[in-house]
Amino acid sequence: MIEVRHLSRNFGTVKAIEDVTFDVRKGEIVGFLGPNGAGKTTTMRILTGYIPATSGTAKVAGFDVQEQSLEVRKRIGYMPENPPLYGDMTVESYLHFVAKIKGVDGKLRKRNVEKVMEQVEIKDVRHRLIRTLSKGYKQRVGLAQALVHDPEVLILDEPTIGLDPKQIREVRTLIKNLAGEHTVILSTHILPEVSMTCERVIIINKGRIVAEDTPDNLTARLAGSQRVVMEVEGPVDSVISALRAVPGVMSVTADRAGGDSRSVFTVETSVGKDLRKELARTVVEKGWGLYELRTVEMSLEDVFLHLVTQEEEVGN
Amino acid sequence: MRNFAAILEREVRSYFLSPLAYVVIFFFLAVSGIFFYLILSNFVEICIRATMQAQMYQMMPPKLNVNMMAIRPMLHNMALFALFFLPLVTMKLYAEEKKSGTIELLMTSPVTDGQVMLGKYTASLVLYLVMLALTFVYMIFIYAYGEPETGPILSGYLGLFLLGAAYLAFGLFFSSLTENQIIAAASTFAFILVFWAIGWISDFVSPRIGRVLAYFSLIEHFDDFARGVIDTKHIVFYLSFVFFGLFLTYLSIQSARWRGAK
Ligand SMILES: Nc1ncnc2c1ncn2[C@@H]1O[C@H](COP(=O)(O)OP(=O)(O)OP(=O)(O)O)[C@@H](O)[C@H]1O
Ligand SMILES: [Mg+2]
Repeated sequence: MIEVRHLSRNFGTVKAIEDVTFDVRKGEIVGFLGPNGAGKTTTMRILTGYIPATSGTAKVAGFDVQEQSLEVRKRIGYMPENPPLYGDMTVESYLHFVAKIKGVDGKLRKRNVEKVMEQVEIKDVRHRLIRTLSKGYKQRVGLAQALVHDPEVLILDEPTIGLDPKQIREVRTLIKNLAGEHTVILSTHILPEVSMTCERVIIINKGRIVAEDTPDNLTARLAGSQRVVMEVEGPVDSVISALRAVPGVMSVTADRAGGDSRSVFTVETSVGKDLRKELARTVVEKGWGLYELRTVEMSLEDVFLHLVTQEEEVGN
Repeated sequence: MRNFAAILEREVRSYFLSPLAYVVIFFFLAVSGIFFYLILSNFVEICIRATMQAQMYQMMPPKLNVNMMAIRPMLHNMALFALFFLPLVTMKLYAEEKKSGTIELLMTSPVTDGQVMLGKYTASLVLYLVMLALTFVYMIFIYAYGEPETGPILSGYLGLFLLGAAYLAFGLFFSSLTENQIIAAASTFAFILVFWAIGWISDFVSPRIGRVLAYFSLIEHFDDFARGVIDTKHIVFYLSFVFFGLFLTYLSIQSARWRGAK
């Protein structure tokens, strides 16, 4: 349904995305995961025809986003990072306006607007001015706007940002129910979000795709990764460089001072390796005092961060 | 066509839902009304004095031309007031959408940038037509108490419409350059003012350059309309101004897309 090939986009000298290639099959929900500034929004804006790519091609439903932009736009429902709402319109008249410019006519328009208000549960505010709505309701109207012409493809840029936990759950359920009928790409920087809603995850960092897999595989692949916390007595800089030199260590950070001349170090190790023995030996051989050594379970967020930093260092 | 109509309808509605449109209409009418009153009472005074003089010398009272002495200055005044108020009409058209992010909706909908632009521009023309139509009420006074010629009034309004259309086209352009409405209005005002003042400068330079400068003066082309003369060369001038403004607007939107700016 969506074919992206070697897509790049520069903003002046900034390379927002570089050589991005991926496919999305019909009816699939794909999560776009990446930290701030990774290039998620940029990719989505190219797909929706908001900005052109610097190089590369993208096709949606067989139409080129550059050459046949209007055909593509008819088939996409897009929710930008900030829902594009007119504060001076009522919910209902706004949705009618959007349906109109998306090319939905007459009777069908009325039916679609009713259906979509039902779907995202905003019927109770249909006559309210949009600017008077709460953040959560605004977000839902933003979602309704993307759905109102019943598009084949849905592109949702951080659809749950700024919502309370209950609303987040509701929106996620809603998105899950859209699968099958619609092809969905959603972006987020929250890993649990993709593992809950998406069938496939594309991880993007600094404009490049760094991993692409199902959420389960991804978590499994990273479950073995570890973080080791050590309290060591010794000169901080030397300790850091000695620990860094241990094979398999990704990064070392000195946290707060312990007692006297001790410091607490956090050591990130690469996936699936237990380096506790080597770390302990290094410290002891140097004649520093080792006061504590323990492993810390990584949360899903840590795993993601880990992956992002790891790939980056491999790249260098 | 349907897309154009949808954009136009939304913009017109949005004008009449916002206090700004009413404020602009009110002050345009109020200021025009005050000057209308001053000009007319001055004219009446001249008439009375002329009649008294005529009686003194036992002659027929002269027939004074209300078109030349009251309506023409009135039209000139309104052309000036439009310069002050029309930048306020166009300032929001793009700037507001850029600021709120709704421009992203328009630019990712199956609507061309041209349709959006023309819809917005036409909406501003509609509001301006409402403003002009309301000032027409003042002219009814003149019909009630005098015998003006209708031709020059109509041609004067045609001139006002064309002149305003040129202001609005550039207002739209400046609105497309920024997300700050104040900046949009201020630069529109400054720009139009330059194209007024160009006529005054022409008195201080060599006649050759002066003629060229005067040609580009927005107001030089207006006087014929106010005197009741409809000359195609003036119509062509104003329409070229409109096309140029819209052309620049279109370029500015395209360039924003390429730059990835809002
Ligand atoms: N219009 C623009 N002009 C200049 N630079 C831009 C522009 N848009 C994006 N960038 C840059 O491109 C890079 C990618 O930005 P993008 O908005 O795509 O990231 P993102 O993954 O959506 O981040 P976030 O999670 O913060 O939304 C960033 O470095 C950003 O500063
Ligand atoms: Mg983003």
